[in-house]
Amino acid sequence: MTQTTIPAVSQWQTICPLTRIIPNTGVCALVNNEQVAIFRIGNEVFAIANYDPFSKAYVLSRGIVGDRQGIPKVASPIYKQNFNLITGECLDDESVSVPVFPVRVIDGQIQVGIT
Amino acid sequence: MTKKNLVVIGNGMVGHKFLQCMIDKGATADWNLITFCEEPRVAYDRVNLSGFFLGKTADDLSLVEPDLYKNNNIQIHIGDRASTIDRTSKIITSANGVSVNYDKVVLATGSYPFVPPIKGKDTDGTFVYRTIEDLEAMSAHAKKSKIGVVIGGGLLGLECANALKNMGLETHVVEFAPRLMPVQIDDVGGHVLKDQIEALGVKVHVNKSTTEIVNENGTVHKMVFADGSELQTDMIVFSAGIRPRDDIARDCGLVVGDRGGIVVNEACQTSDPDIHAIGECALYENRIYGLVAPGYTMATVAADHLCEPESNQFTGADMSTKLKLLGVDVASFGDAFAKTPGSKEIAIKDSVNGTYKKLVVNESGSLLLGGILIGDASAYGNLLQLVQNAIVLPPHPEDLLMPPREGGLSFSMGVESLPDTAQICSCNNVTKAQICNAIQDQGLTDISAVKKCTNAGTGCGGCVPLVTDLLKAELKAAGIEVKKDICEHFAFSRQELYSLIRTHQIKTFDELLDRHGSGSGCEICKPAIGSILASAWNDYVLTPTHAGLQDTNDAFLANIQKDGTYSVIPRIPGGEITPNMLIVIGEVARDFNLYTKITGGQRIDLLGARVDQLPLIWARLVNAGFESGHAYGKALRTVKSCVGSTWCRFGVQDSTSLAIEIELRYRGLRAPHKFKSAVSGCTRECAEAQSKDFGIIATEKGWNLYVCGNGGIRPQHAQLIAEDLNKETLIQYIDRFLMFYIRTANRLERTATWMNKMEGGLDYLKQVIIHDSLGICAELEAEMAYQVQTYACEWKTTIADPEKLQRFNHFVNVDGPDPSLMRVEERGQVRPPFDHERSEERSVVMP
Ligand code: SRM
Ligand SMILES: Cc1cc2nc3c(=O)[nH]c(=O)nc-3n(C[C@H](O)[C@H](O)[C@H](O)COP(=O)(O)OP(=O)(O)OC[C@H]3O[C@@H](n4cnc5c(N)ncnc54)[C@H](O)[C@@H]3O)c2cc1C
Ligand code: SF4
Ligand code: FES
Repeated sequence: MTQTTIPAVSQWQTICPLTRIIPNTGVCALVNNEQVAIFRIGNEVFAIANYDPFSKAYVLSRGIVGDRQGIPKVASPIYKQNFNLITGECLDDESVSVPVFPVRVIDGQIQVGIT
Repeated sequence: MTKKNLVVIGNGMVGHKFLQCMIDKGATADWNLITFCEEPRVAYDRVNLSGFFLGKTADDLSLVEPDLYKNNNIQIHIGDRASTIDRTSKIITSANGVSVNYDKVVLATGSYPFVPPIKGKDTDGTFVYRTIEDLEAMSAHAKKSKIGVVIGGGLLGLECANALKNMGLETHVVEFAPRLMPVQIDDVGGHVLKDQIEALGVKVHVNKSTTEIVNENGTVHKMVFADGSELQTDMIVFSAGIRPRDDIARDCGLVVGDRGGIVVNEACQTSDPDIHAIGECALYENRIYGLVAPGYTMATVAADHLCEPESNQFTGADMSTKLKLLGVDVASFGDAFAKTPGSKEIAIKDSVNGTYKKLVVNESGSLLLGGILIGDASAYGNLLQLVQNAIVLPPHPEDLLMPPREGGLSFSMGVESLPDTAQICSCNNVTKAQICNAIQDQGLTDISAVKKCTNAGTGCGGCVPLVTDLLKAELKAAGIEVKKDICEHFAFSRQELYSLIRTHQIKTFDELLDRHGSGSGCEICKPAIGSILASAWNDYVLTPTHAGLQDTNDAFLANIQKDGTYSVIPRIPGGEITPNMLIVIGEVARDFNLYTKITGGQRIDLLGARVDQLPLIWARLVNAGFESGHAYGKALRTVKSCVGSTWCRFGVQDSTSLAIEIELRYRGLRAPHKFKSAVSGCTRECAEAQSKDFGIIATEKGWNLYVCGNGGIRPQHAQLIAEDLNKETLIQYIDRFLMFYIRTANRLERTATWMNKMEGGLDYLKQVIIHDSLGICAELEAEMAYQVQTYACEWKTTIADPEKLQRFNHFVNVDGPDPSLMRVEERGQVRPPFDHERSEERSVVMP
């Protein structure tokens, strides 16, 4: 198993209100010059990189979210590989993973942590 | 006990397989494994090397899992060639100066491409086709070339020709022998293959012996042949056969064959019992095996032998092959040349369809010995099994070559008839018994599990249909109903979900999940249920409860492209368009700098629109009167038409008007898969209606209706279901047909597959649709009437709703498009850069 060490967050950047994301879909945000895909499942939020390593396009925010055996995940809209929303690991190819970002909802606003 | 040293020279496909076998056997406890790898990277999939030109990277092709060697304490010297073996003091030295003591050695040095001694063979612009580096060099040179020639018309040569053709070069194949693939196929087959390949635009020159390669300014310019003719070219690839790499073996005095190759016995041992040789460098009974499967067998044998002498033996291997060369099926198996005394041949050459099939049978005609298939090799798997298992043939072996006749019983030798020892997967040497046992013992129910457990089907993939048949037969025998669950979230098939939604009037995904599912859904069930909800209730697909169900194509009402931009295809009913509307499309394309192309469906595709541009583009199009073409949806695509009686001197009905009417009637209708139609004005059939999900052909008296055809992956002709219909009846039948399909088909099943699986096939369909045998026709018609009435253009609805438009910003928190997008100019338009062009100057960031 890969170990995920979560670096300390030095600053939280407010992105948008939670209500701006239709439940069970994603959006893309620009954080610190990086493209971050933010997903809303129910009222929970997840953030991973928007870059899809398989197609090499910035599209993960446009994938379909759901779960595999309880693990929340998104399927890339291009070639349909699935990524674990908590760890960023690709569920269809162990050797691939994408970065994850700290994310939270405070006062109805989504914030992404800058590390 | 101290461990012994085992040195493997060569880390190619077979060398790696050997190491993997040793790891799997736990042999690392007794052996220090050390390997020399001359290439700059660990073993990769040479068989799929051509994938490199299709965008596969060295990493994609790698056969070695990261850290595999490290975790198993295997020492690998990458980029270092073993140069000498001192058999007296048992020391190996390398080009980089490493020296290692050994107890045992395994030679897996492979082979090198043979370059005939032609004058000028080393000129700049000549290449061979063996390693990733070779391909990199070819690809760099191809960019400044227009014409490419492959010397050698064998298996590899043709694969290489395909690569050149795909790189956009005018491609020639030059073969010394009088036919292509002289080793595998006979004269007649060679000619059929040549015709097929030439039809694909590759020029084939047989009986040509090259005498000189002439250069101009230091690089290849033309070739001169023995018959005095010449051929101009910018690059040449030699593919004239392989030669075993036996130099290191020769130098240390091992026995090698007259024409090269390190001589080995059944245990893959060389003349020195401490040295084994495996793969393409080994010569067994005077034969080199230039395929990977025999090499893998040798690796297993050598590993077994080193761990427990007296075990497995190598006794030769089957050289049967099936390949798709430049899109043409070619298979050769068993005694393809009828060399067995007394053997006889049965052959069919079909110049109409470009196929050639030959069987070689024994003297009495009771056993199949071998054969050749060109143009259609679908029977390969079954025929090979008949040969390998010496199964007694039916009284008329020629029937084996015939496709099943309509109405008649097809002769097939099903998997049931194979003995347990039958080798199903030759790449990984897996038998029928092994597969069946794995299915039974581990309760496997799907093909991916079978692949994972048995390895069958994980090599060339050629055996997958047979493995699937075995799985089905086993499940059936065990009385297990083949699982039809759509995914882990719903224990229902698509049909069952459809009727749940209809009978319980379920309107949203969440409602269905609450009542009948578990978890939160996935990319399989969500779009399928989104589509059923649309087929049943025709709600706007982007309402908040539906938006998250849609595949990106439906979610953004456009087709996603490889770089994350989209294509826009407005509906052009029946392919008819006024000059003014054409001008609008032209203006929009120009203003947004979209790559523009006429599609295969009689309309126009505008490609490369950024997500944020889609609403702006559609605002212009909708304003001008265009509607969504649903090119993105599992829905009606196009209804192609011909000019019909309006213009054509042969037309007997107005096909264009009917096509438009039909396209407008069924536009936006969502279904298990996309569906297409066409209307032709007479039997000349210029609209290709017989290749459509439903097609209509005009007759003197009315319209003929054909159903369940398609082009695409597995083309199938549509079948005539009713003749000489008037328009009202025609539309009534189509309504019923489509709604019945929507009700009962599986997810992503097109009409042809749907009908093929239907018990009773076309006759049953006729009963249901024409004779109303299920008594549901009135319902089906009412459902369709609802769909027709509630149709609304999705783009029109979308651009009218500012809230919906928010979703089309690339970023939720700042303005501006995706900064990673780039464009390259080509033939006066722009397109995304290929990977290698990203860093080049001609790639520009998209405005
Ligand atoms: C644009 C077009 C090629 C062209 O430049 O001409 C095209 C482009 C695509 N086709 Fe096609 N097909 C196009 C005509 C065809 C035709 C010809 C025809 O319709 O007369 C066929 C064979 C006929 C048939 O469908 O029976 C065809 C058989 C396919 C298939 C194989 C379907 C099958 O059942 O085997 C797929 C894959 C699929 O749908 O799963 C496919 C899928 C695709 C996709 C959607 C692949 C994808 O997922 O990205 C391509 C979308 C490109 C885009 O964004 O626009 N396309 N495709 C044609 C659009 C026609 C249109 O105006 O809507
Ligand atoms: C383009 C292409 C397509 C093919 N398609 C098919 C196919 O469809 N089906 C099929 O069955 N086969 C196919 N083959 C053949 C298949 O790739 C070979 O049979 C297989 O790779 C043989 O494996 P090997 O390990 O014996 O040789 P290789 O894979 O060539 O490995 C030998 C390795 O040893 C290295 N080496 C040699 N000498 C030394 C030394 N002294 N010290 C250190 N390293 C050394 C070489 O550099 C090389 O890396 C294809 C081959 C090519 C080139
Ligand atoms: S054939 Fe169709 S699906 Fe394939 S590349 Fe061409 S357009 Fe795309
Ligand atoms: S025969 Fe090649 S994978 Fe099975």
